[in-house]
Amino acid sequence: MTAGARILEVADLSVSFVTESGNVSAVDHVSLDLAPGEIVGVVGESGCGKSVTAMSLAGLLPRSARVTGSVRLRGTELIGAPETSLRRVRGKEIAYIFQEPMTSLNPVLTVGRQIGEVLQVHERISRKQARARAIELLSLVGIPSAATRVDNYPHQLSGGMRQRVMIAMAVACNPTVLVADEPTTALDVTVQAGILEVLRDLRDRLGTSILIITHDLGVIADIADRVVVMYAGRVVERAPVTELFAHPHHRYTNGLLNASPTPGRHAGTDRLQEIPGLVPVLTTQPDACTFADRCPAADDTCRGSAPPLAALGVADHLVACWHPVEAT
Amino acid sequence: MTNALEIEDLVMHFGPVRAVDAVSLTIPRGGVTALVGESGSGKSTVGRCVVRLLKPTSGSVRIGGVDVTHLTRRQLRPHRSTVSIVFQDPAGSLDPRMLVGDVVAEPLRLSSARMSRAERQKRVAESLGQVGLRAEVARRYPHELSGGQRQRVSIARALISKPSLLIADEPISALDVSVQASVLNLLADLQRDIGFACLFITHNLSAVEYLADEIAVMYLGQLMEKGTRSQIFSSPAHPYTQALLAAAPVADPVRQRARTPVLLGDDLPSALDPPSGCRFRTRCPLAFDKCATDVPPHVKIGNGEAACHLVQADGTRPDVRAGVPE
Repeated sequence: MTAGARILEVADLSVSFVTESGNVSAVDHVSLDLAPGEIVGVVGESGCGKSVTAMSLAGLLPRSARVTGSVRLRGTELIGAPETSLRRVRGKEIAYIFQEPMTSLNPVLTVGRQIGEVLQVHERISRKQARARAIELLSLVGIPSAATRVDNYPHQLSGGMRQRVMIAMAVACNPTVLVADEPTTALDVTVQAGILEVLRDLRDRLGTSILIITHDLGVIADIADRVVVMYAGRVVERAPVTELFAHPHHRYTNGLLNASPTPGRHAGTDRLQEIPGLVPVLTTQPDACTFADRCPAADDTCRGSAPPLAALGVADHLVACWHPVEAT
Repeated sequence: MTNALEIEDLVMHFGPVRAVDAVSLTIPRGGVTALVGESGSGKSTVGRCVVRLLKPTSGSVRIGGVDVTHLTRRQLRPHRSTVSIVFQDPAGSLDPRMLVGDVVAEPLRLSSARMSRAERQKRVAESLGQVGLRAEVARRYPHELSGGQRQRVSIARALISKPSLLIADEPISALDVSVQASVLNLLADLQRDIGFACLFITHNLSAVEYLADEIAVMYLGQLMEKGTRSQIFSSPAHPYTQALLAAAPVADPVRQRARTPVLLGDDLPSALDPPSGCRFRTRCPLAFDKCATDVPPHVKIGNGEAACHLVQADGTRPDVRAGVPE
């Protein structure tokens, strides 16, 4: 696919925070892209920079963040763009869903008012029209009897319903890109299945491109077309979903797969494979592989220079490793 | 031989909230039973009743043959060392102002057995060693440790009194995937070596696949099904168990996308006013008239039992994916 077919292109994005105890590097030269109607999953453990990457796309990070690199939405650069133009992007072009719907919703407004607010800000329609659209949106995300639910307050809804309301708000203005940051982490597994179904359905019906951030490889396996694996602020592997699960090239990806309890995968063994050691907290990004201390294959090369993200085997399978697990 | 744990008709109501209703469960000595359920199912409440952090409304809890249901705090003291609990969030269950060594030693200080300071320190070092931590950790504070290390500290504290029963309440849910694996392996190894019985409370069925001997599935305060691990995974009888297994995504895109989805709808009934008859009926794709009127009995099936009108003792079981059996 040519670069022109990409809706969102992130190149060399780096984010660091100035804190009381010094600089903390959260994201280091991350590159990823999103095609129209595509679902890309970003997976990693806590502290890998996946949420910071997501927040920086529409300039949602606090002032203490130093952001460099490039985020282009349909060719328009967003990094360094003035606040007024970012405000037009947020909600209308790039919309967000977060993990905990109860803290993202206003408890003293009905869900109809909250969805309507987005529409009134971006589309200048009347309150009555906004309410009608809110009902439409609630049924779009699978809320039964939307016409009465529209007058409910968030506390009257279950966790899954609240997350559906969040999704309805996010897609109210038919955004080009939907960023879903751990959208199902706070939900029960039987409810999660329904939420993932709604996201897939939105992609199919509205053609929305979705960037889904998660720590759960099961969610990735279920919904993503392509996967970006992050570790300690860097992209360590990027590949189409079936390719990644079938032939993980990076030992971190491989470790994550073996550490996830999956029915059937561990048949015959009575233990999960562990990844020894801890995720490092980095003040500066070293010129070395950040996974080297936990990697069984690490040598002096790994500790002496950072591996570039390069294609291995298939053209769209990129891995940042000096000694990748070879395709078998 | 007496069982490690016998729970009979356990009921725990908080005012109008019917958190647990008539739950019965037995764990033999050295056995591992997983209690699986989603949020609000009452699984943690069962655990808290067992360690008597809660006084059950009715029913009985026997630990190693001793009925602890109605014991007062003072009477419970001598039994405190036989059952321990590990909580979900180690950051919240370890006192931030206590040194790790003091945290781990606390069960020993509270027990009636007299012990010299030197002996206590020795036991703490042993216990830390058991969970894979160095003895120096005893002089650190909990905040200096990582999440996985902190959870190891809570396991060390729980095991220092050599309990015959360990309640593990979502011990890995607050941890990252790679750390989860190491804590799960540690628990499995310790259980095998020491041989304590374990009630493993979790929302994640796949986490217990190679750990539990038996699995009990709860929904809205009641047991839906229990059985051996292989039976629950290979031929679950209850529609809820089937839905739970079907809903947990498999970390394999080819298999995951080939599965038949089971969507239950996400309007969970409240424990304030649970549905009549079968509590799962409002979300069950197979529910019929009888489910609303009659409470389903626990029917023996294979090596377990299930509470569903569609399950019969001859082995007939429904399939949520295929619809009602003829």
